[in-house]
Amino acid sequence: MKCQFCEKPATFHITELTEPVGPQVMHLCEEHAKGFLNKEASPPMTAIASALAKQLGGQSGDALEELDQKECPVCGISFFEFRNSGRLGCPYDYTHFESDLRPLLINVHDKTEHVGKKPTRSAGTADSLAKMIGLRREMEEAIEREDYERASEIRDEIKAMEDPIAPPSTSSDTQS
Amino acid sequence: MKRDADFDELARYRGEWMRGEGPESDIVISTRIRLARNLADFPFIRRCSDEDRLSIERTVRARMESLTDQRWESAHYVDLEPLSEIDRQLLVERQLISREIAEGDGSRAVAFDAAEGYSVMVNEEDHLRIQVMKSGLDIKNTWEQVNRIDNMLEEVILYAFHPRYGYLTACPTNVGTGLRVSVMLHLPALVITEQMDRVFRSMQRINVTVRGLYGEGSQYTGDFYQVSNQVTLGHTEADLLALVGDEVAPRIIQYERKARQALLKNNRDDLHDEVSRAMGILSTARKISSEETMHHLSKIRLGISMGLIEQPDVKVINQLFLQTQSAHLQKLQGRVLGTAERHARRASFLQHHLAGKDDATWN
Repeated sequence: MKCQFCEKPATFHITELTEPVGPQVMHLCEEHAKGFLNKEASPPMTAIASALAKQLGGQSGDALEELDQKECPVCGISFFEFRNSGRLGCPYDYTHFESDLRPLLINVHDKTEHVGKKPTRSAGTADSLAKMIGLRREMEEAIEREDYERASEIRDEIKAMEDPIAPPSTSSDTQS
Repeated sequence: MKRDADFDELARYRGEWMRGEGPESDIVISTRIRLARNLADFPFIRRCSDEDRLSIERTVRARMESLTDQRWESAHYVDLEPLSEIDRQLLVERQLISREIAEGDGSRAVAFDAAEGYSVMVNEEDHLRIQVMKSGLDIKNTWEQVNRIDNMLEEVILYAFHPRYGYLTACPTNVGTGLRVSVMLHLPALVITEQMDRVFRSMQRINVTVRGLYGEGSQYTGDFYQVSNQVTLGHTEADLLALVGDEVAPRIIQYERKARQALLKNNRDDLHDEVSRAMGILSTARKISSEETMHHLSKIRLGISMGLIEQPDVKVINQLFLQTQSAHLQKLQGRVLGTAERHARRASFLQHHLAGKDDATWN
């Protein structure tokens, strides 16, 4: 038997038991098995893929296409990209895609409200943080089109907004 | 915080979680707890530019350096990007970093203290992955330590947090508490008596993941299983810790003990024979793979904890599980080894240590 990810013989046979997906058997070579087992015991892709399949199964092609094209105004990630990678692009996605993510959260966690630990400091306003992330993206885009003047302006703007809890000694080290 | 680490020393060091001590350590290898955290003012890793990743790494490093907590002074901060593959692999074998971050690219780092059993990965799947590992089943102390590090970092780093969804993570499967508590169990008797399926089935109704590793057919079995919480949102940290530490792990431990007793009663001679043969192979082989090594070490570990053999000490076995892995072996040897050479040096290392000799005299 061959490894599921390459041509080498599968010498490891791993059974992953997850709800609601049920047992899944993986056949892997030594290298891929090590990679698989060294990951933390969360099977995010299987959990997300199955939850999304369930959630989106009943939707029409058009509705799904529309959802796939929806983009976060802050980081620019599309729902399609999230669906394919299982990873979100920025903290603001939880706000922008809130109604689309809620069914997924229920599928995965069976809950939608955090009841655990909270940071003792308030994280400033969500708007200013989202603006920071947006600026970082704008800077990247400016660099890409070789508009270094604009990039430098944005960099100054980011610096001015940077988290005031930063120890003073670090400011010289954050950019070079 | 120190800005480097001695990897030769690390390879020789017998880590905290290998002590073979702690509650239930005849069955429980280690308890590991990790917290996923992200900086509030940066995109998640997937949407980070190279510059963003560099900024995150530098920001985190600078803030960590500003910490005055005495217990942080012994931490080593290592930039993973310029590190050799073998040193990165060494950190993976130590479980101080994940394979993903070891094999990834771009700015990424780890702050760790091997003696204290903690590490903080920077720019893994989330900006920060804080984890603590301890020997045996020790949820309370492991949690206290990881929580303390989290509190300490929170004073200098602004975390992405949502009043409704909690700590925000790149993957929605970690959102909320960002907490994953994992207990690594050695369950050879349940494997021998073919009861693992039953254990798996009994765990399916509750929110835990059991993952196992076993070899093909009659060849090699490792007998190690990891149990961890599956959900992270909508439960308190205390509830999730209790689910794994008070409910699930003790139940599996109890099954394993019963299976061991049954084996002693019904198959003592067969078992003793298997354990002795495992000792024989590891003490005399001239070349051996890491899987075969693990298989036999597992049997010897069982033999020791069931009182079938008195030597070696379980600490030696735990040490061998770690130090016979590729990167450790090569660091201890002081040079890069090809596969065939590794198999030969591994056999020599096993022979040497099972004869009761120490590192200093091995060459």
